[in-house]
Amino acid sequence: MTAEQQARTESIEDEIIRFVTAKTKVAPDVDQDLFATGLATSMFAMQLVVFLEQTFAVEIVGKDLQLVNFRTVEAMAALVRRLRGETAVTGDA
Amino acid sequence: MTENESVAVLGAGVMGTGISTLVAGQGLPVTLVDVDAAALDLARREIRNGLRHAQLMGAVPADRDPGALHTTLSLSDIRKATAVIEAITELPDLKAKVLAETAAIVDPGTPLISNTSGIPIDELADSLPNPGALIGTHFMNPSYLIPMVEVIRGPRTSDETVASVLSLLTRLGRRAVVVRDAPGFVTSRLLHPMINDAARVVAASTASAEDVDALMHGCLGHPTGPLRTADLIGIDNLVDSLNVLHARIGDERYRPSELLLDKVRRGELGRKTGRGFYDYKETAE
Repeated sequence: MTAEQQARTESIEDEIIRFVTAKTKVAPDVDQDLFATGLATSMFAMQLVVFLEQTFAVEIVGKDLQLVNFRTVEAMAALVRRLRGETAVTGDA
Repeated sequence: MTENESVAVLGAGVMGTGISTLVAGQGLPVTLVDVDAAALDLARREIRNGLRHAQLMGAVPADRDPGALHTTLSLSDIRKATAVIEAITELPDLKAKVLAETAAIVDPGTPLISNTSGIPIDELADSLPNPGALIGTHFMNPSYLIPMVEVIRGPRTSDETVASVLSLLTRLGRRAVVVRDAPGFVTSRLLHPMINDAARVVAASTASAEDVDALMHGCLGHPTGPLRTADLIGIDNLVDSLNVLHARIGDERYRPSELLLDKVRRGELGRKTGRGFYDYKETAE
């Protein structure tokens, strides 16, 4: 992974963290389960979907519309990267 | 339950839109009526989003296609409905008028379900040729996620109407609790004054909205807290319902608090306008 890709990867997570922090007044860890720890409700779940779609210009449909993809900042960032057709963060492409 | 079952929903506000999402999501055709074309446009978008929300939360069967959605400005389009759910503004006279117009259009005996958070059902029955067909429901918001519905049996509601509506709710995957007719029934009688008091607590600077909700959630197990609930209900609707309850119960706890009235004047009605006690815009700003 190049430094540029690294920066871009980080910025997806940072943008999600900024959104969650603005809405919940709590800064989440990237691997924190937002639902199990009470930060996110069923109503906030749909706000997350709309936020990701608008901010990252992706469409989240079908099997991707599952709570497991929205439980952590990490999971949401991975979903965004996949929908943008970017290679997995662990790859060396 | 017949194969020709179809539900009409009157009023494309928060509740009518959510109930239409529920009906479609559970695979039944739904006709949504409103007097405002812009409200119907918005409702179609909200229903699309609501169906996705229901899927996200696992609240709709994965193997079932949604029922067809038809939106219309013409009440005569509901002629063939097998049940009508009236979910217009919480104004008793307006509800009575629309229910009477509906009764003149649908087959006699078709259940007329008035969705209200507090208006006694029997007050609406006088305007109808067949008061036995009228029954009340109090769906919560969002109707497509909350599995329980309060059902209000008026003194003149017929056994057939009760059975038919319970069967429809079962078909929609809801659990029903039937209660007797009274202002605010059970849920609003208890919830609305609590929300009103929560707003007074914030107005008195005893605690912030966040802290009130955090305490009610963390100490008392309320799922979201009363002020998030206010934003979800819609603060204009909450004020309308409090006025209905205050006029009938007389207790000052039901008189809408100044902070709620202020928010209505400022157009801060909750989720539906993007701001209430909280901010709901889909940006970090």
